[in-house]
Amino acid sequence: MGRDEFIFLLIGLKWTVVLSVVGFICGSIGGLIIALLRTCGSPLLERITAGYIGVFQGTPLLMQLFVVYYGLALVGLKLDAWVAVAIGLTLHASAYLGEIWRGSIEAVPRGQTEAAKALSIKYVSRMKDVILPQAIRISLPATIGFLVQLIKGTSLAAIVGFTELTRAGNIISNQIFEPLTVFGIVGILYFIMCCPLTILGARLERRFAMSAR
Amino acid sequence: MNYTLDFTPVIDGLPSLLLACLGTFLLAISGMLLAVLIGIGGVMLRDSRFKPVRWLVIGFVEIIRNTPFLVQIFFIYFALPLAGIRLDPTPTAIIALGINGGAYAIEIIRGGVQSIPAGQKEAGLALGLHKAQVFRFIVLKPALRAIYPSLTSQFVLLTLSTSICSAISAYELTSVSQRIESESFRSFEVYFTVTVFYLVISWVMMRLFGLFSSRYFNYPVK
Repeated sequence: MGRDEFIFLLIGLKWTVVLSVVGFICGSIGGLIIALLRTCGSPLLERITAGYIGVFQGTPLLMQLFVVYYGLALVGLKLDAWVAVAIGLTLHASAYLGEIWRGSIEAVPRGQTEAAKALSIKYVSRMKDVILPQAIRISLPATIGFLVQLIKGTSLAAIVGFTELTRAGNIISNQIFEPLTVFGIVGILYFIMCCPLTILGARLERRFAMSAR
Repeated sequence: MNYTLDFTPVIDGLPSLLLACLGTFLLAISGMLLAVLIGIGGVMLRDSRFKPVRWLVIGFVEIIRNTPFLVQIFFIYFALPLAGIRLDPTPTAIIALGINGGAYAIEIIRGGVQSIPAGQKEAGLALGLHKAQVFRFIVLKPALRAIYPSLTSQFVLLTLSTSICSAISAYELTSVSQRIESESFRSFEVYFTVTVFYLVISWVMMRLFGLFSSRYFNYPVK
């Protein structure tokens, strides 16, 4: 594998990073909304968000990407492939992060909510200043774990036909007939992105477990 | 927008789609069985006295957990023939699913095994049980029960990731739906229906896990 092929892989890597970052940021916004609706106390909203989470956790990401990709075209939206994939990843991430953060919001001791209510702190401030800072701390290991899952999930954009790292690897391997070298390097590139996050997540988890004791 | 939904290709393809659901199901189950075997074996090796063996297991788990399944399946698909093993896509997919799920299973099962107090193992040995018997009856079964919820949610993820095996055209739901899609160009209709099928499959899977645990782990805790 020569220099040009490696640079082609790096261009694919750039798109993998773009998809991961966009998916994670937009998914965080969506996930926060879902988590708040899921814990708001209105049975109807809680049911709807629970259904949304159930659908996205019960179907493969690949199918979600296909449905969003062709569904958007059907509605008449002409979007670049990467935008369609990013929207699919955002919806996917919203569901998973919403479920993770719902759990952490509920893990904050009830007394905190009651104390805030007794001090007549309103919902917005109660969430923003009291509950969420504690919930975010609790959720950090799981959130980082999901980020790793999302980075790996961007590889499915390759099947939809968008040239990110995995598809770049596929193209190169078809050109130079060295699939093991190419996919080995592709795997190493993913590993370099994900491993530090995995280690960070494990470290945070251990630290929280220690302080909880 | 002047597009009318047309589900006729889906209805015509229904028999092959339903059969493919069975394919997905079998693929997932065989992958899980292999994953459990790799998981249990890996846990035993991970506590081995030889450091290199331990490092090998740790390295295996970290490599698998930090790379995408799609890259793994391509790698295995091309690596097996070089190792002199010629397999059809579907068995290759089972091996890939087993290796991927096995790495996660090692981590999960290890957590359960560590939660068993040393006193219980010592009590088992004191009662004259063989080391293998202690592992099987005193360590493994309660450990599996303790980590059953996280193991099954990992296995639901494994079931969903069988759709990625379509990349090497293994026999399962996604690859069959891609074939119907390429013949009819009714992409949205086909993929939407198949998404609903997957929802049913993962629901059935969760019910089966519940049934299994009420059978197998049906003994009092204390």
